[in-house]
This record gives sequence, C-alpha cells and structure tokens, in this order.
Amino acid sequence: MEHTHPDYRLSQLDELEAESIYIMREVAAESERPVLLFSGGKDSLVMLHLAVKAFAPARMPFPVMHVDTGHNFPEVLDFRDQRVDELGIELIVASVPDAIARGLVTEEPNGSRNRIQTPVLLEAIEKFDFTAAFGGARRDEERARAKERVFSFRDEFGQWDPKNQRPELWSLYNARTHLGEHIRVFPLSNWTELDIWAYIGREGIELPSIYYAHEREVVDRNGMLFGVNEFFRPKDAETVFTARVRYRTVGDATLTAAVLSDADSIELVIAEVAATRITERGATRGDDKVTEAAMEDRKREGYF
Amino acid sequence: MDLLRFATAGSVDDGKSTLIGRLLFDTKAIFTDQLEHVEQASKRAGDDYTNLALLTDGLRAEREQGITIDVAYRYFATPKRKFIIADTPGHIQYTRNMVTGASTADLAIVLVDARKGLVEQSHRHAFITSLLRVPHLVLAINKMDLVDWSEDVYEQIYADFVTFATKLDIPDLTVIPISALYGDNIVTRSQNMPWYTGATLLHHLEHVYVASDRNMVDVRFPVQYVIRPQSTSARDYRGYAGQVAGGVLRVGDEVLALPSGFSSTIAAIDGPNGPVEEAHPPMSVVVRLADEIDLSRGDMLCRPHNKPRVSQDIEAMVCWMTDDPLREGRKLAVKQTTRQARAMVKEMHYRLDVNTLHRDLEARELRLNDVGRVRLRTTQPLLADEYRRNRQTGGFILIDEATNFTVGAGMVVEAE
Repeated sequence: MEHTHPDYRLSQLDELEAESIYIMREVAAESERPVLLFSGGKDSLVMLHLAVKAFAPARMPFPVMHVDTGHNFPEVLDFRDQRVDELGIELIVASVPDAIARGLVTEEPNGSRNRIQTPVLLEAIEKFDFTAAFGGARRDEERARAKERVFSFRDEFGQWDPKNQRPELWSLYNARTHLGEHIRVFPLSNWTELDIWAYIGREGIELPSIYYAHEREVVDRNGMLFGVNEFFRPKDAETVFTARVRYRTVGDATLTAAVLSDADSIELVIAEVAATRITERGATRGDDKVTEAAMEDRKREGYF
Repeated sequence: MDLLRFATAGSVDDGKSTLIGRLLFDTKAIFTDQLEHVEQASKRAGDDYTNLALLTDGLRAEREQGITIDVAYRYFATPKRKFIIADTPGHIQYTRNMVTGASTADLAIVLVDARKGLVEQSHRHAFITSLLRVPHLVLAINKMDLVDWSEDVYEQIYADFVTFATKLDIPDLTVIPISALYGDNIVTRSQNMPWYTGATLLHHLEHVYVASDRNMVDVRFPVQYVIRPQSTSARDYRGYAGQVAGGVLRVGDEVLALPSGFSSTIAAIDGPNGPVEEAHPPMSVVVRLADEIDLSRGDMLCRPHNKPRVSQDIEAMVCWMTDDPLREGRKLAVKQTTRQARAMVKEMHYRLDVNTLHRDLEARELRLNDVGRVRLRTTQPLLADEYRRNRQTGGFILIDEATNFTVGAGMVVEAE
C-alpha cells in the first residue's frame, strides 16, 4: 500500500497524472466515440500509458489511430505494432500514401507530408464518426498551442477558430458537439518536455530506440542533422557522416532532425533535457520555421 | 517538487509581459531559439527593444494588435516548484478571460504601476481574484525605478489597497515593490530598496504555503465514470472513478451516496499505481464499495453527517461570457462537478459594477463580461457547496443548448 504525503500535497508529476486521467475519463463519459491519436512517439506513448491506467482493470474504451505519413522511422513503426499487440487494442491506420493514390491529397513540392496529413486525419474522423480525438500536444511546445484549450472544439470542417474558443473554467470541460463536429482533447496540455521525460523514467515506459543515443549516418542541413534513410537523401553538395545522435521528437522522417547526444539511458536523457537551451521543436522540426504563424495556420486547417 | 498555478493580471502598460519575461528568463525557461525568434520579430516590427510580450502573445491577431486577447499558459520550474502561469489580459472587454485564468489559480499577481497607483483596473483585478476565491494575492507594485524607489509611494499604495480590500474577501495579501525591467525583487533582492525586508516575488512563489487551500474537511467524491471490466479475470470488479473534490476518503469509511441516500463502506481505493489507504484532492482514484448500490456518473459520495446542499434552487454569482445577454426566463444547460442538468434563470437580483462594486438592482440583463447575482431553478438537484467553501463543488458552467458554447461561469452563494 502506498501512503500519501502527510500534508496532502501531490508531487507535480502526480498532480499532472491525476489531471490527465480525469480528462480521459471525462471524455469517455461524455463523448460517444473517442479515439486516441497514436504515432508511437514519446508523447503519444505517455498518453497511451495514462489511458491504460485511467480505465484499469478494464480495457481502455476507445481505439487508437495512427495517421501514417508513409515517412516513418522503422523502429517507431515496429514499436507501435508491438505496443498495440501487448495491449490487445484496436489500431486504425489512416494512410497518407493511400490518400495520395486515391487523389484525396497531392504530394507537396518539397516532399513533406506534414501538411497533407490534415485532410487524411479529418477524413478518418468523418469516416469513423469520431466525436473526440485525443492528441499528445503540449502547451509548452509552441505559441499557438499555448493558447489552445484542453477540449478544443472543431467545426464540421475540422477547423480550429482561435478567436472563438469555449471558455474553460475549473475542471469543467465542455465536450458537447453537434453531428459532424468533434473535439480535440489534449490531456498533456500542462506537461512540459521535462515532465514527460521524468514521467517516462518514473513509470519505466518503454520507448522506440531512436530516442536514445546511437550511431547514425547524417547530413548537416541548415544547422540541423538529418538522418539518411529511404525518405531523406543527401543532396549532391552535402557530406554524409556518422554521428552519435538521438531524436528529441519523432515525426515525418523527411522533416525531423536528430540532435548530437551521448544520452543512451533515461537518466542521461533527463539530465540532457534539463540542461538544454533550445526547444524541442526548434531543435528538430524544419516545418515550424516557415512563417511566424505556421502552427496556428496548420491548426486552423485541422492539424493535430 | 509540487505545483503552483498562478494567474497574472495587468496590461502591457503595467509591465506584465516584462514581468513574465523576466521570470521566465531568470529561471532559464526561455530557450535560445524562442528568444532569437522574439528578437527578430521585434526588429521587424521596428521596436526599440526586444518585446517580451511576443513570447506570450501567440496568436496572429494578438501580435498584429499588440494586445493579449486570450489566456496563455506558460511553464517554468525552479528546484523548489513547478509553476503554471495563466497569463490573462487586463482590459475590461476580456474580463471573462481573466475569470477563466483565475478559476484554476492558487495565487494571483495583480500588477500596479507605481506612478499611477491604484486605478480602476487594479480594483477590477482584485475583485475578480476575490470573486474566484484565489487563495493568495500578490500586489506587485511595478516601475519602482520611476518613482525613485520611494518607500512612501509603496506605503501609500499599500494602504490604499488595504482600504479597498476591506470590501473584498482576500485571505492572504502580499505586497511587493518591484522593477520588472531591472529585475529588482523579482528573483534577486533589490539593492535600491533596502527599506523593503520582505521576500522577492520568486521566493514568495516558491514558498507560499498552499497545502491548506484545498478543502480537506468535507468529503466530496463526484462519480465520474463507472469501471466494470468485461473480462473473466476481473468479472466482479465494480469501481467508481473520479477526482476527489474535497476531504480525505479512507478505506473503511462509511459513505453516503447522493442523491439516492444509500450508504455503504469504502472497501478499497485504487490509485493510478495500485491500492491506496486514503485519497485526497486532487487525486484521481477508483473507489470500491462494500455494497452494490445504485451509483452512477453525476452522483456523489460524501460522509453521512457532512453533506453538500441538495437543491434545485441555486443562488449564484454569474460571469456572463457571450454577446447575447442573459435575462430572466432564459434556459441553459448547467454542468457542475460531473453533473448535468438544465437550468432556468428565475430571478436577476443585481448586476455588479466590476470596477466600483456598485450593485445595480435595476439591471434586467447581464451582458458580455458582466457579473451579477441570479437565482436559478434546475431540472435536477445539484449537489453543491458554497463556492467559498469549495471551489470544485461550488463552481459551475452554463452552456447554450443551441450553440453548445460555454456562455457563463457560476459560483454558488448562500441565500441572503
């Protein structure tokens, strides 16, 4: 039996955990068909871990869905399938390559599939008639996210309207939608990158190996280290070299950069994250640098 | 390490963004890429100095207009505590946003410009802090550098505030003279104001005692979700999931279920990491009872001799949050703890001027950002405490049934 602290204060991780679990139960109680968006990345793995805890000993009452860009790190895809098997939950894959083949979206000139994921995500939400979709986004990640509600309303076009958000008071969340509308729910809103890592360490949550330091062939493009793989080919003038790196975030393999690191254990990663002076998106995402409001614009269109 | 949520109220003119920027910068919560970004944006906009407001004003419309419109949440940590800042706009047309930010805050910082002293807006911010029962208020008297670090100015504003605050309900007040621009009394003690012997702002935030703020006396457990596994291994498991809203639940305690009135005993409490002996706010747990009783979402467990009010007639202060005014006879959906009902406005007692606290008894409607006292009649009884006794069981939201928009925030008060 665990005993709580004599002055009845929770640690910050316990309080964040309690809040996230409360949010997930609230959605399960009020929203008819929720789904958990799951990429195999660290935030979605923490979210999945919380979902399992929130409904134990029963099975979590919703499926998980991966919007698959086709530009995956193989380690992450394997890990996704392994976790889903272990938990015996339903996995839905909404495939971007498939959507390109069907003509729903067209490949962008730069080859990035970040933006064209949105119609694929929205189509899947519509097809399965999901009324709520859990996302792993955190408010510390990006300025537009810092303004977004925990229960973020999307109209029938999947759009986010930042100027017309529902006020969110106390822990009273409004999950109401009309037919065709849905709610994006962000149970990790109040977690920081460091909280996520501290929690992964505390809970012993397994992650894909690419989050820890390893040797990898990379090229340096605009000061960012991109791993060479089937989706990311070096340009003629670029030199390929081997470096000891790890990934701080995991996204589209053509866009997500690695960082130099010797942190090959959870303890070393926590120490590294605590000391870092660059945000995780700033260090690893080519896509957010495009304009001042790149994320806000993508979110308005229905992005994660 | 624990968590402190605080709200800041003020406008750019008061130096609020500078203060937040300073707190984030001095605690190393601003990253180099964020700072570079802000420096470039400031340069592009032709600002003479790096505009730290750009760190918090995250939306295009905010940057274009140079104002904070919506609540932004910011995060930083020291070795002592993790902090969540609800950065709220100061203008009267955004009162609802400050109300929102204050609803979850353990502490509020109200900023005052030392040259101007208390202005209408300071009164409003202090009133909202008091209305939302934020347990700790810090009056930060900023721009002390512009009044020659004068102790007299500080004392005068302090005294003015105490006079005004007698009309309010502020359990804990701390007044700190600062210069956000130069960092005096933010993280490090000011060399310019040796007469001030109190804590710096950060020291206060790190040490303010918040353990007694939550209600640990009245056991309140709103049932959120019933867990009944459909598996052979846990076939007999029936658990009531929820977040403790008050008091301390212990295994073996006798509990009363509302509104049914059945009683039972707590057989077990399952926390996120397995069984626990007791549960307190804000833990999310699953309670198992010794008897099978009728209990579902929206119901509440409490102690047999300590019950919330069970009533369909609700007296409340309401902050109205939408353009379409609230009038007597209006029907709305209400959500309080995990309970939903419909409500009708039976009587509008008065509208309160949030700047002067004057009660307009003639008022027949509440408009956007108005605060007033109303009586509601609900379709189902609410299981509510007075908001001043428990923020979790005394607060509710009002939802427009046609648009599904959250249109009001309510706080239960005792009938006069």
